[in-house]
Amino acid sequence: MDNIIEVKNVTFEYDSADTSARQVLRNFSLSIARGSFTVILGHNGSGKSTLAKLLNGLYKPTAGAVTVDGMDTADEAHEIDIKRKVGMVFQNPDNQLVASVVEEDVAFGPENLGMEPAEIRLRVDEALKAVDMYDYRKSAPHKLSGGQKQRIAIAGVIAMQPECIVLDEPTAMLDPRGRSEVLDTLVRLNREKGITIVLITHYMNETEPADRVLVMHDGEVIDDGRPREVFSHIDTLKRAGLDLPQTTDLLYRLRQAGLSVPEGVLTVEECVQALLPLLTEVR
Amino acid sequence: MAFLSVENLTYTYGQNTPFEKTAIKDISFSAEKGEIIGLIGHTGSGKSTLVQHLNGLIKPQSGQILLDGTDIWADEKKIREIRFRVGLVFQYPEYQLFEETVEKDIAFGPTNMGLSPEEIKARVYAAAQSVGLREELLAQSPFDLSGGEKRRAAIAGVMAMQPEILIFDEPTAGLDPAGRDQILENIVKYRDATGATILIVSHSMEDMAKVAEKILVMNHGSLALSGTTESVYAQADALVGMGLNVPQITKVFLALRRFGIDLPLVYTVDGAFDAILSFRKGGAPV
Repeated sequence: MDNIIEVKNVTFEYDSADTSARQVLRNFSLSIARGSFTVILGHNGSGKSTLAKLLNGLYKPTAGAVTVDGMDTADEAHEIDIKRKVGMVFQNPDNQLVASVVEEDVAFGPENLGMEPAEIRLRVDEALKAVDMYDYRKSAPHKLSGGQKQRIAIAGVIAMQPECIVLDEPTAMLDPRGRSEVLDTLVRLNREKGITIVLITHYMNETEPADRVLVMHDGEVIDDGRPREVFSHIDTLKRAGLDLPQTTDLLYRLRQAGLSVPEGVLTVEECVQALLPLLTEVR
Repeated sequence: MAFLSVENLTYTYGQNTPFEKTAIKDISFSAEKGEIIGLIGHTGSGKSTLVQHLNGLIKPQSGQILLDGTDIWADEKKIREIRFRVGLVFQYPEYQLFEETVEKDIAFGPTNMGLSPEEIKARVYAAAQSVGLREELLAQSPFDLSGGEKRRAAIAGVMAMQPEILIFDEPTAGLDPAGRDQILENIVKYRDATGATILIVSHSMEDMAKVAEKILVMNHGSLALSGTTESVYAQADALVGMGLNVPQITKVFLALRRFGIDLPLVYTVDGAFDAILSFRKGGAPV
């Protein structure tokens, strides 16, 4: 398998007087396959945001190495190339927008690369179309909804033509509509443009489109697999302090109560199919 | 007469300008002491404009707000007093922490009320306890707290004023499940201890199913639905039409009912579990 990012035996410590609490990752390893859609789940303090910032060199490992396409993030000579290849989107859209017009905001990155104006125009238009915000190119970002702002932030990353986008809880501050807008955008970028997606979240229902789910707890990966596999490991999920989707939770509790229901159920339709036999056999 | 009564409230931003926009239209509802009410609606539906009316941050253009039977604007000079009686916790309240220590920050409201130092101290400790902040944190800088602790410190600052009505705008936004459950639990405990009326603005139908007794649903500035949590959640199609999500489990039960299975409508996993077990026992649905 061709990996775009390799994290090898990484230890990461924050600078702090209190040493006991500051070692966030210890001897941590992970590979992200090119073109994959990976979701990383974990509660606050599980180390998932630290990991995100290590993936494109915003943080450098205290020990071990992170490589992007073979380039070591600790090597300053590769810094620009790495940040171009791996773009980051953060939780708060308001903190990521810099310009007073949408298209200028999206153009910020390419402009900083010293690109030709014609090329910038092309990239900005393409990026805005990719997140379905082209019609808003002349709008003021502060007048947009949270979901729209977050899609502008994603467009700003796409204008850099990255191979991978790492998103740290991009939907945490959004309403349900904004949340699905952002998620749909990520699925499209992954499926149509082949961009590798690493989505960090604590919303378990956002794992549906993923081909791989990692569960982090106390700086370690405690589960790793396809969404369905991970969702059948209920005890692990509970240990990680995560919320089960209501469907998964209900079937888990029915199984605990001695009823025969399948494992790894995610969607409403699957849950209905799983419950029907229980409710029709007694008739 | 209801404790809080909102009557025919309408508000238009930028009146008589080309940017005129009616944020809320003819809103009426009432709340009793000790009720927990969920206010739901998607972004831009007018929720924030409505709650800013309730503690006098916005003055009604038409309609009125009666607190204990008296119009809160009856005496304009006393509107500050209303803000002590109706506490408003904004979205991301942790951005508003500013003092040197957590204790001073929580004491800010009670100090402005002109209370005695002993009373202030007692209230600060009680409020910190209500939100589960350990006493040793009070001496620390609020900026050294974790995200969840900061949020709870900011909430304690409003609770310390001991308002009779406490309004939360998206109190759990951006928190992880553990942090979210803790805040909701603190809110219910605060209500139980003080008998205050609670209004929670939320996007999360799941959260509101857990704590709210009544639900108000706003859509395009109007009050589209209101009633008990059961009666509002039963109108799943209407909610979805307004860009809201009914809880996943409610969708499952609606689908099962379409298969002709005589189940009650549920909106929590607890309710669903009980309903399925009692259905299988052949008993009448609960």
